[in-house]
Amino acid sequence: MTRYIRHAAAFCALLLIALLVNATRVQVVQAEHFDKNSANRRQAIVRFGQPRGDILVEGHTVTGSKDTGEQLRYERTYRNGPLYAPVTGYASQVYGTSLLENAEDDILSGTDPMLAPLPLWNDISRAQNPGGMVRTTIKAAAQQAAYAGLGGKKGAVAAIEPSTGKILALVSTPSYDPERLSGTSESVARSWASLNGSTDKPMLNRAIRQTYPPGSTFKVVTAAAALDAGTVTDLDAATKSPVPYTLPGTSTQLTNEVEGCKNATLRYAFEWSCNTVFAKLGADTGLDDMLDTARNFGFNDSGLKIPSSVAASNFDTSMDKAQLALSAIGQYDTRATPLQMAMVSAAVANGGQVQSPNLVDETTTDDGDVVRNTGTKSLHQAMNPATAMQLRDMMTDVVKEGTGGNAAIPGATVGGKTGTAQHGIDNSGTPYAWFISWAQKSGEAQPSVAVAVVVEDAAADRGDISGGGSAAPVAKAVMEAVLSGG
Amino acid sequence: MTRTAAAPPSVPAVRVPRRRGTEVALIVVAVLLSVYGYCDVGLAKNGTVPPGAAGYGAGLGVLALLAHLAVRFRAPYADPLLLPIAVLLNGLGLVLIYRLDLETPGDEAAPTQLVWSTVGVTLFIGVVLFLRDHRVLQRYAYICVVAALVLMIVPIFFPAVNGARIWIRIGGFSIQPGEFAKILLAIFFASYLSANRNALAYTGRTVWKLTKLQLPTGRVLGPIVAIWLLSVGVLVLERDLGTSLLFFGLFVILLYVATGRTGWIAVGLVLAGVGAYTVGSLEPHVHSRVEDWLHPFASIDAGEGPNQLAQSLFAFAAGGMLGTGLGLGHSILIGFAAKSDFILATAGEELGLAGLAAIFLLYALLVERGYRAGLALRDAFGRLLAVGLASIVALQVFVIAGGVTGLIPLTGMAMPFLAQGGSSVVTNWIIVALLIRLSDSARGQPVGPLKEAA
Repeated sequence: MTRYIRHAAAFCALLLIALLVNATRVQVVQAEHFDKNSANRRQAIVRFGQPRGDILVEGHTVTGSKDTGEQLRYERTYRNGPLYAPVTGYASQVYGTSLLENAEDDILSGTDPMLAPLPLWNDISRAQNPGGMVRTTIKAAAQQAAYAGLGGKKGAVAAIEPSTGKILALVSTPSYDPERLSGTSESVARSWASLNGSTDKPMLNRAIRQTYPPGSTFKVVTAAAALDAGTVTDLDAATKSPVPYTLPGTSTQLTNEVEGCKNATLRYAFEWSCNTVFAKLGADTGLDDMLDTARNFGFNDSGLKIPSSVAASNFDTSMDKAQLALSAIGQYDTRATPLQMAMVSAAVANGGQVQSPNLVDETTTDDGDVVRNTGTKSLHQAMNPATAMQLRDMMTDVVKEGTGGNAAIPGATVGGKTGTAQHGIDNSGTPYAWFISWAQKSGEAQPSVAVAVVVEDAAADRGDISGGGSAAPVAKAVMEAVLSGG
Repeated sequence: MTRTAAAPPSVPAVRVPRRRGTEVALIVVAVLLSVYGYCDVGLAKNGTVPPGAAGYGAGLGVLALLAHLAVRFRAPYADPLLLPIAVLLNGLGLVLIYRLDLETPGDEAAPTQLVWSTVGVTLFIGVVLFLRDHRVLQRYAYICVVAALVLMIVPIFFPAVNGARIWIRIGGFSIQPGEFAKILLAIFFASYLSANRNALAYTGRTVWKLTKLQLPTGRVLGPIVAIWLLSVGVLVLERDLGTSLLFFGLFVILLYVATGRTGWIAVGLVLAGVGAYTVGSLEPHVHSRVEDWLHPFASIDAGEGPNQLAQSLFAFAAGGMLGTGLGLGHSILIGFAAKSDFILATAGEELGLAGLAAIFLLYALLVERGYRAGLALRDAFGRLLAVGLASIVALQVFVIAGGVTGLIPLTGMAMPFLAQGGSSVVTNWIIVALLIRLSDSARGQPVGPLKEAA
């Protein structure tokens, strides 16, 4: 019997070996595959197992965390959610993250290896870092002024510090409270459905993700291209511009909303926004020079990140003369985000230099040790410094004497440009009212703020006047907020 | 020590070492390891040593010490590894259940498990003290088999729990009589086969002359096959697949060991194949288990979320080589059977492959010590009983561990000593008590005639 007992024992040993081999298969060979399965909730549990780091505006948190005691434990809370939603985005247990919550997720959730006290420390200790903090460049007063200024209207505001590219305000209305997407309850699903189903698109960040026809505000770009290319050399010399202007190669006639554009000077045409003068100027300057300048301002760049990605603004790369003429006054296929137009205004204010826009000042550990500092980065030289000086003059005149009078601020030099963009089939849609501007406090060496405002439901439909009427006051409020805050 | 003096000259007069000191030292280690694990869970989950740590350590320590004293007193030559392994596995099981209790505040199983462990150790002590010679059991073989069948049939009259009719519920208590039946059946099989092994091995008709396969006469083989078929049939009715698989394996192993006929293994495998196929295609409960085993992630692809087996695999995978550490895993995601059938997943996740291998080796050592007792014993009944009991442990570990790690289809069964379940803990303590008695006979006692007043 002994022999058979040994055989049976060997059989039992075989069973044990099979178990060990199989355990190795599951725990080592296939472990990574199983860990990554979307139905495996462990990563989510770890992710929400500690409070998420905070997003700060001028040192104050605009986010928070709530301990729910549930499996996905900490839920995101927001202070002034609708005001800062275009900056923070949402961080949801169910629907993931967006905007800064998405772009800086590694820092906020604590998974960024840079948060570890020593390199590779976490791999050894298996410790999890507390979530880090993200300090934004936003000025609370400017953000509030922009939000209040837009009020109940659909629109967006982007404000930049011209010398650094720091984004001082980023507002999109109508907005929403991202806290409605925190957690796992049924109300979260309902919020998600209603926010996505709304025709107002409250979760769309119009300041960086929506492009609009820039209308007459694009004349800044056309003027810069014309001056740099030498199409015009004297701002105060009469241009040979007929009224009406027949688009080259067509019978379409372009007219103006204002009088006195025939053979007007560039200064007058800029001040009063003569379409005929600028359409002809664009056509005369030519596609190559127009495209170069537009690109240098930041058009056609799909890689721009602040660190959330910014929708590319468009200036067509192949057009006939008639299309180019229309594009030169911000119509046809030309489209720009509000942030892009703020960059145009900032370039003028900054001697022609476009700084890379950014929303994050620095990221830190939860103790405040700096992890990454966003330095100032130049994007392009959009125009010659001399051209920038000429455009400064003309933009200042727009506010002093022209269509932008509503943006004038006592004790400061303000430059601006109005715009109204027609759109829709036969221009049937509600026009977009634009205003781009910059402001320099008396006694300061350089302008401290550049703003772009777009209002989708402009009350007036009277050409460029509406940009000055509904968008300029918002820009003024934002600029005042920045100037008075120092 | 009259034994050495009485030894015939041909056998060298060697004094067999008792090794009780080794046993007590190992028990201390086992208790300390368990208490360490208990504290570790508390520190990981709450940052403090759990308030019950002293009580837990004292309770486990006292139980282990009493068991040791019983062994020292009545089974001085017993294998010194058996008791420490049982204490360590039981202690570790209590730690794992306590750890899972922290995730389910409404359902505390660890205190109940400690009560059942106490009952188990009490019965262990009772068996060691009052069963002086294992051969006495041979007399009660037929009582055993009747009791086993009754125990297995009774649960049919009670409502099913989670698809299986294997519980008897009286008041707040529920017991699983099938657990006890396996010891009784092992005694019966060992007794019957030891009594009839010559007839089984050397008589009968030859079928298939080419293979020289000889089947015993129906008169000898009949009763045991009938009982075996009856038990397996009842279990299939009750949907206790794990236990029916266990009885099947136990029967085939003992038949092989008793007769040495390789043909039995072939017959066993053929029967197993036919049986498994029939049950698998006729019984939807079994069929779904097989489907789950073949496609553990099918429910995920269907958008219904992971099933228990998928959750179990996730838990093992999350453990990796070294585990997350006690208290730091998420095996509670497995759901309702996390403390019972799937307790090994918690061990796999929190102790890793390293810890899991250690646990497997503890079981392997337990089985090996049982087999060793079987080899050393001189009476056929004792040998078969030792092999049977050790095989029960081995098969049980394989069936449940193989099930939760996706090696074989999942059948409900308790991991010996580790899993939540009173009947299981009590049964396993009795198994270890019987192995202690058998190893004591094997290692120390002269083989004499069966004494009357055992």
